[in-house]
Amino acid sequence: MSILVIAEHDNANLKPATLNTVAAAKELNGEVHLLISGNSCQSVADEASGVEGISKILISDNAAYENHLAESTANLIKSVASNYSHILAAATTFGKNVLPRLSALLDVQQISEITEIVSEDTFKRPIYAGSCIATVKSNDSIKVITVRATAFDPVNSSGGSASIENIDADNISDLTSFVGEEIAQSDRPELTAASIVISGGRGMQSGDNFHLLEAIADKLGAAVGASRAAVDAGFVPNDYQVGQTGKIVAPDLYIAVGISGAIQHLAGMKDSKVIVAINKDEDAPIFQVADYGLVADLFNALPELSEQL
Amino acid sequence: MKILVPIKRVVDYNVKVRPLGDQSDVDLNNVKMAMNPFCEIAVEEAVRLKEAGTATEVVAVTVGKSDSQEQLRTALALGADRAILAETDSLLEPLAIAKVLSKVIEEESPKLVILGKQAIDGDNNQTGQMLAAMLNYSQATFASEVIIDEDSASVTREIDGGLQTIKVSLPAIITTDLRLNEPRYASLPNIMKAKKKELDVKPIEEMGVDINNRMELLSVELPASRQEGIKVESVEDLVSKLKEEAKVIS
Ligand SMILES: Cc1cc2nc3c(=O)[nH]c(=O)nc-3n(C[C@H](O)[C@H](O)[C@H](O)COP(=O)(O)OP(=O)(O)OC[C@H]3O[C@@H](n4cnc5c(N)ncnc54)[C@H](O)[C@@H]3O)c2cc1C
Repeated sequence: MSILVIAEHDNANLKPATLNTVAAAKELNGEVHLLISGNSCQSVADEASGVEGISKILISDNAAYENHLAESTANLIKSVASNYSHILAAATTFGKNVLPRLSALLDVQQISEITEIVSEDTFKRPIYAGSCIATVKSNDSIKVITVRATAFDPVNSSGGSASIENIDADNISDLTSFVGEEIAQSDRPELTAASIVISGGRGMQSGDNFHLLEAIADKLGAAVGASRAAVDAGFVPNDYQVGQTGKIVAPDLYIAVGISGAIQHLAGMKDSKVIVAINKDEDAPIFQVADYGLVADLFNALPELSEQL
Repeated sequence: MKILVPIKRVVDYNVKVRPLGDQSDVDLNNVKMAMNPFCEIAVEEAVRLKEAGTATEVVAVTVGKSDSQEQLRTALALGADRAILAETDSLLEPLAIAKVLSKVIEEESPKLVILGKQAIDGDNNQTGQMLAAMLNYSQATFASEVIIDEDSASVTREIDGGLQTIKVSLPAIITTDLRLNEPRYASLPNIMKAKKKELDVKPIEEMGVDINNRMELLSVELPASRQEGIKVESVEDLVSKLKEEAKVIS
């Protein structure tokens, strides 16, 4: 049997998490196919046909798929599902929205956010905000899976030569319609793909003070993140949130500034290669996971750090 | 308009959960239990819609053991009008929970169902979406703002890139994100009043739903632990360690 990966894209480019998901699919036995549904998204198929490890691309190009709404997208995936042993998507807000809907349409129990493939039917996944790792075996005939991107190194975006096949739209739903979007624009790397992330917490005191982090981020080519407390306080927008219920990051370097280190925050960053914590409270739990801890007032430490880089 | 709010009893979010000695499951002996935080947000949203005159009745429902009545009472104290416990001693997976909930929804026919986007025990983030599929309802997940019109709702969703607004036709399933609202605390008089509110207990066995689990839990272990780090004395020290020892900046 073959394995189907659901592509995530913006009708122009593939999202990086798709490459990590293909990597997970390659660990299973079988050809890997990629499903692209979107509107005027031929360029995505062209890009994807070069991705390593994919043998076939299915593309369904239809105005109804422009905004990747869950209802129609799940119906479309269902129309091809019986050809596959596994259906995978990244555990992003797109994958989390669509795949459980698909899974119920197929009457299977989805396996969420896997971090390791043990065998065809057995997977590891974090539970309780990553406090524990569960090994679970699925007895469903089709395995519907979301993949934690940071747990799988991405495949190469070149070197592949997949064929492209058009498939018809199926069972388009009008239950939901798209109204609008506010997508953050930034010249900095995307949080989940950046090799360095610098995050601020409640200790930053205001959104204005985030410029202290931004100055450092620009010198390091880093992305800027935040704790929930900083987002809730309105310092920065929601797409900055790192944690159990925000984004999962695992960069080479993660710098936590004015963040106490609640388990829900650690859940989103503790697999980073090197962790630095800057906090004025020497007992802050963040120091328990930090490779390098600096007990200092951030308002002194950050300008100094910026200067020395 | 009737609103149904499915909720879940979970380990309190402050508890650090550990595996059992034999690694067969997590150790939930003597840990503090509470309503899942996302469910509190769902209850709050429903109650606010009632206070605003948009909703006429708020029904809290849960699928679980008898002790889940405690969380239903909390929902009643927060302002739900009545509660339903679909009772079972088995530990159900999200698919089975969604099947039981869809039965309840068929009986209650609410116009809106609001539930948490995920429960902080299994972190699955599935039940709402599954429920929407089973009922062929529209879904609006990860909501940070909900505006109800006549036959539709306009919902702003927290997505990876920012915010997205969609319009869902009613009946619909909405799942809550953290910033939808800040839940209130139950006042003592309301906790007392909640004791007298109606709480129906329905054994799951009588519902005719396939609740068989599709997954087996083989083991639960601790994640790989990190090597203990060090404290640096100064920013200068930090920068040199990052350059020379960790080699993560140049
Ligand atoms: C269901 C649920 C889901 C959650 N999901 C997430 C999530 O995804 N991500 C997340 O981050 N949180 C999440 N949380 C919240 C989490 O529990 C914590 O409340 C939050 O992470 C705290 O943020 P913080 O560390 O910025 O704030 P605080 O805990 O208030 O810590 C602020 C820190 O800043 C330090 N500080 C203050 N001033 C200075 C200064 N001048 N110089 C240096 N240090 C200073 C303090 O010593 C303190 O350690 C969730 C909670 C729940 C209940």
